[in-house]
Amino acid sequence: MNIFVLMKRTFDTEEKIIINNGKVNEEGAEFIINPYDEYAIEEAIQVRDKLGGEVTVVTVGNEDAEKELRTALAMGCDKAVLINIEDDVEESDQYTTAKVLAEYLKDKEPHLILAGNVAIDGGSGQVGPRVAEMLGIPYVTTITKLDIDGDKVTVVRDVEGDEEVIEASLPLLVTAQQGLNEPRYPSLPGIMKAKKKPLDEVELDDLDLDEDDVEAKTKTVEIFLPPKKEAGKILQGELTDQVKELVTLLRTEAKVI
Amino acid sequence: MTRKVISLAEIRDGSLRNVSFEAIAAAKTIAQGGEVVAVLVGESVQSYANELIAYGADRVVVVEHAQLKTYTPDGYGQALMAVVEAEKPEGIVFGHTALGKDLSPKLATKLNAGLVSDVVAIEEKDGELLFTRPIYSGKAFEKKIVNDGLVFVTVRPNNIPALSRDDARSGDVTSLSVDIKDLRTIVKEIVRKTAEGVDLSEAKVIVAGGRGVKSAEGFKPLQELADVLGGAVGASRGACDAGYCDYSLQIGQTGKVVTPDLYIACGISGAIQHLAGMSNSKVIVAINKDPEANIFKVADYGIVGDLFEVVPLLTEEFKKLKVHS
Ligand SMILES: Cc1cc2nc3c(=O)[nH]c(=O)nc-3n(C[C@H](O)[C@H](O)[C@H](O)COP(=O)(O)OP(=O)(O)OC[C@H]3O[C@@H](n4cnc5c(N)ncnc54)[C@H](O)[C@@H]3O)c2cc1C
Ligand SMILES: Cc1cc2nc3c(=O)[nH]c(=O)nc-3n(C[C@H](O)[C@H](O)[C@H](O)COP(=O)(O)OP(=O)(O)OC[C@H]3O[C@@H](n4cnc5c(N)ncnc54)[C@H](O)[C@@H]3O)c2cc1C
Repeated sequence: MNIFVLMKRTFDTEEKIIINNGKVNEEGAEFIINPYDEYAIEEAIQVRDKLGGEVTVVTVGNEDAEKELRTALAMGCDKAVLINIEDDVEESDQYTTAKVLAEYLKDKEPHLILAGNVAIDGGSGQVGPRVAEMLGIPYVTTITKLDIDGDKVTVVRDVEGDEEVIEASLPLLVTAQQGLNEPRYPSLPGIMKAKKKPLDEVELDDLDLDEDDVEAKTKTVEIFLPPKKEAGKILQGELTDQVKELVTLLRTEAKVI
Repeated sequence: MTRKVISLAEIRDGSLRNVSFEAIAAAKTIAQGGEVVAVLVGESVQSYANELIAYGADRVVVVEHAQLKTYTPDGYGQALMAVVEAEKPEGIVFGHTALGKDLSPKLATKLNAGLVSDVVAIEEKDGELLFTRPIYSGKAFEKKIVNDGLVFVTVRPNNIPALSRDDARSGDVTSLSVDIKDLRTIVKEIVRKTAEGVDLSEAKVIVAGGRGVKSAEGFKPLQELADVLGGAVGASRGACDAGYCDYSLQIGQTGKVVTPDLYIACGISGAIQHLAGMSNSKVIVAINKDPEANIFKVADYGIVGDLFEVVPLLTEEFKKLKVHS
C-alpha cells in the first residue's frame, strides 16, 4: 500500500489569539499537528502495519513545519515531505494548498490518502475533498472506521451524529473524524529512529508550478477578535429566587424566550 | 453588481431544514437584486418547492432521480453540475452542514472557483462583498473577499436570519432531468443515532450537560428542560467520554459547533475545547456548583448551585410561563 497523509501544522488549541497589525501573532506561540491529522496519521500507520507498504506524511508550509513532520515520523510514518512555498507564495487559500498537494501527489500513484476533516485554525474542511477531486479519485469525509479488504473499502462516516456505512474502492481519500482511533504518542525509540528517516523538501519549481498556477481565489482582508463579553451576572439569594430572576432576565433583558 | 445566485435546499426527516431558508437570505444579499434560484435535489422532492418560494426564492429548480435518494458526492456533484450548466449562476450558497461541507469543495474544484466556508455574516461595502467567518475555533474572525469570478459560500446554520415567510409569493418551479451514473461511493446503510425532531446544529435552545450530570439517568432533567423550551440536548466531551450520552451530542472543537439563541450549560467546567463549539451562542447560562468554573467567564448569567436542584426548578418556572401565555 502506498499511503499518504496530509498534515497541517496549527496553533496549539490552548493558545490565546493575539492580533498585531491585522495579523495573528505567531511569535512564541506553541504549534501542534492539527488534532484531526493525528487521527489520520495513526490510521495510516495501522493500515500499513496490517497490509504492508509505506506511509508518507506531506505538508505544505515553511521550514517551521519540520518539527511536526519529525513528530509524525516518530509516531511511525516512513517518510516526510515538506512542500515549502514560503518564498514563492505570498497569499494562499484552500485552492492554493490543494493544488500544490495534488500536483505533488499526481504521479505518486497513491492507494490511500488520509487527511483531517478540518484544520482547527483555518477551519474550512476544503483541502481533503479538493485534493481528491483534482486527482480524480473518490473521497469520504469525517470517517470513524476504516476497513480495507483487497481493493474494497468499507468506511463508517459520521453525519452530524448519525452514521453511514459506505462502500468504495481504492484509490480513495478519506478525512478523519474524532473516534477513528486513539493516536499514539511517539515513543523514545520512535523519536530516535525519526532522526534518520528521510525528510525531503520540495519547492514549487520541483512540481513544475509557478506562482500563477496556484494563485489564491479568495483573500482575507481583515482579522478581528470577537467583541469582549461583559462580565456575566452571577445571581444571588435563595435558589428559588435566583431561578425566577433568571427566567425574568431571559425574557425581558436577553429576550431569548 | 447584480448576480444570479443559486441556493441548495436540504431536507431532513420530511421537512426542509431551516438552513435552506437562511441560504436563500444569503443568496439575496449576494444577488444584489439579481435572481435567486433555489435548488432541490432528491428522489421525490418537488412538493417542497413552494415553501422555498415563500421564503424568498424567485424560482425553484428540482432535480429528481432514484440515485439521488441518499446523498453521495458523485451523485449530488453531477446533479449540481447540471444545474450550474443550465443556469450559469454567478453565485452559489450551500448550508455549512455535513452535506454542504462534503459537496462544496468538490463543486468549487470542478468549477475552478474559490470557496468561502462557514460564513456567519455577509455585508456589502463599496460594491464589494465581505464574508465574515470564524477562525481558530471561534477565537477570532476573518473577513474574506472573492478575488473574481463565481461567488461560492457555505453559511453556518443559525447565523444569517431567514426572510419572513410569505405564502402569497409565487414563482416558477421547473424540473431538470439528469443522468446520474458511476457512483464511486455507495451508502449501504444509515444508522440513526440522533433523536428525531430538533437538530442540534439548528436548535434555538440547547441544554447541555457535562461530567457534573454524573450518569445517563442524570440527563433526564436536562431533556425535560429542553422539551419545555422546544430545544435540544447537547453534551461536553467529558459527559460523552464517561458514557453518559452518545458522542453524537458532543459540542466543541471535536464535536458540533452550535450558535443557538440560548445555551444552558449544566455541570460543564468550560474547557477551551468546549468553548470552541458554543462560545458564539447569543446568550449563555451556566449552572455549576463551583463558582470558579471557567464557564462563568463566558456566561451572560450564572447560577452557582447543584444542577439537580436548579434544572428542575427552571423547568417548573418555564412551564408556568407556558401556562400563562
Ligand atoms: C505561506 C502561507 C501563506 C498563507 N496565506 C494565507 C492568506 O493570505 N489567507 C488565508 O486565508 N490563508 C492563508 N494561509 C493559510 C492556508 O491557505 C490555509 O490554512 C490552508 O489552505 C488550509 O485551509 P484550512 O485551514 O481551511 O484547512 P482545512 O481545509 O480545514 O484542512 C483540512 C485538512 O486538509 C489538510 N491540510 C490543510 N492544510 C494543509 C497543508 N498546508 N498541508 C498539508 N495538508 C493540509 C489536513 O489534513 C487538514 O486536516 C497561508 C498559508 C501559508 C503556508
Ligand atoms: C484535542 C482535544 C479536543 C477536545 N474536544 C472537546 C470537545 O469537542 N468538546 C468538549 O466538551 N471537550 C473537548 N475536549 C475535552 C476538554 O478539554 C474537557 O476535558 C471537557 O470539556 C471536560 O468536560 P466537562 O466540563 O463535562 O467535565 P469537567 O471538566 O470534569 O467539569 C465538570 C463540571 O461539573 C461541575 N459539577 C459537578 N457536579 C455538579 C453538580 N451536581 N451541579 C453543578 N455542577 C456540577 C464541576 O464543578 C465541574 O465544573 C477536548 C480535549 C482535547 C485535548
